[in-house]
Amino acid sequence: MSRSPSLPAPLRDPAWLGRVFWTSACLVLLWPLMVATEFRPWIFVEPGNLKVTGQFLRSFLPPALEPEFLWMVARESWRTVAIATAGMMLAWLLAVPLTLLSTRVLSVSALSGRMAAMPFALRQALRWLLIVLRSVPELVWALVFVRVVGLGPTAGVLAIALTYGGMLGKVYGEILESGETHATETLLRNGSSRLQAFSYGLLPQNAAELTSYTVYRWECAIRSSVVLGFVGAGGLGQQMDNSMKMFNGGEVLTMLAVFMLLVALADRVSAGLRKALG
Amino acid sequence: MPPPRLPDRSTKAANTPYRLPPPLFSARCKACWFTAALLALVVASFATLNLQWGQFFSLDAARSMGRFLGEFFPPDTSPEFLRKVAVGTWETLAMSALGTLLAAAAGLLLVLPASRLHAGDPARARAPTRLLLNALRSIPELVWAGLLLIAAGLGPFAGTLALAMHTSGVLGRLFAEAVENAPAGPADALRAQGVGEVSVFLYATLPQVLPQLMSYTLYRWENNIRAAAVLGVVGAGGLGQLLSFHMGLFQMGKTSSVLIAMMALVALVDAASYLARRLMSR
Repeated sequence: MSRSPSLPAPLRDPAWLGRVFWTSACLVLLWPLMVATEFRPWIFVEPGNLKVTGQFLRSFLPPALEPEFLWMVARESWRTVAIATAGMMLAWLLAVPLTLLSTRVLSVSALSGRMAAMPFALRQALRWLLIVLRSVPELVWALVFVRVVGLGPTAGVLAIALTYGGMLGKVYGEILESGETHATETLLRNGSSRLQAFSYGLLPQNAAELTSYTVYRWECAIRSSVVLGFVGAGGLGQQMDNSMKMFNGGEVLTMLAVFMLLVALADRVSAGLRKALG
Repeated sequence: MPPPRLPDRSTKAANTPYRLPPPLFSARCKACWFTAALLALVVASFATLNLQWGQFFSLDAARSMGRFLGEFFPPDTSPEFLRKVAVGTWETLAMSALGTLLAAAAGLLLVLPASRLHAGDPARARAPTRLLLNALRSIPELVWAGLLLIAAGLGPFAGTLALAMHTSGVLGRLFAEAVENAPAGPADALRAQGVGEVSVFLYATLPQVLPQLMSYTLYRWENNIRAAAVLGVVGAGGLGQLLSFHMGLFQMGKTSSVLIAMMALVALVDAASYLARRLMSR
């Protein structure tokens, strides 16, 4: 201790003024947020509200376990997985050509100096397209497609295909450009075509990473296909929405449990596959 | 008599031995099984979904799609509607900020029971708290919003709480991991003096991990702005509620202004976070 013993310890926190100021400043800043979000926790304990909530919570037990209902839940869970898988397949079909067309590594003119103007413009335009596809949330795509093709899984599949197509295309491009490009460049310099350079140079180098990212996105797609059901795109989410609107707590509880199981299972499968890919 | 000379086994063949390429399918090839399973899953998905491609790709659908997209133009830019959109945007931002704040507070409350503080800690509350955090985390915001609408009523309050529920699951887990991975030296020094667990956390562990906790919270806030924008489609306030309201009434001009505001908000948040990251990593 360097402090001399004659100096008494301060009796109160020397920083108290600053602390009090910053705490009150935060509270003042918090006030408009609370007004904007209509933050009124006491409505939970209003008698009318309490009764409805209590009834809903009480109806959670026992969970609905009738055989027909369970069969329906199993069917809808499969539809959820199927929507995610079909959407991912279409997203992949959309992303692969866009990636091949937009990746800078496969540019022949960029081998000698700057990329030529036209190819550069094409690549940039495709990048913007990917950004637009990705930046509209899948829920909004689903709302739009429900208007066009009606309620049902088609809207969900298309919504996942477009948003995830944008995401896959962007990340595939980043993966291809971030790695070592020497082999690909050598192939291109020695006269191989772009597709040959891709399939013998770029693809073997990055295959594990590309697959791993795709599997991870599939897991995310399962989660989001449940959410898409809430706007009428079929699957477990739609049934959950129906049961919530009918205040049928038992059915909601069963479906929530099934949903959590489904997500945990997808998580396991995807983690196992990604670990095997290394 | 010298022994008979054995043929020299160590000489290599002049040419590398000719080998067949591996067969396309063998039972030990994991990639083959993976591909086969993937194909089966994709085929089964498309087969069981009875997708209405005919309806989607027909001339009729193309025409109605074209008409539908045409109605989006021009976007409604009347001042009173723009004011409504601005209010919705502010509501979205407020929902995400308050939801994240509540979640960070809940995460800080749950971090002590959710982590093993030192090697000899029995951590009896760890497993149940982690289970609770996992449950909170695995239910998406939108499902939470649907559930909370019943108790909290339509409006941004339900959305705020929904964001807080999901995010406290995420942040609680991240916080607990940060605390468990913090260097143990300062905490052990205090513990050896007989200081209580809460004081040890407040004076030794928290100051060490605070920057990390802040960066997790900011990252989740960024995510939550995006989530809050669409949360309203189930009636939980913000831009999403405006969107689903006007789309339900087929007022496409207004819908497209809301969509533009939503995309601008998301793009702004992306740009801000990109800039902040660049500034901080420099």
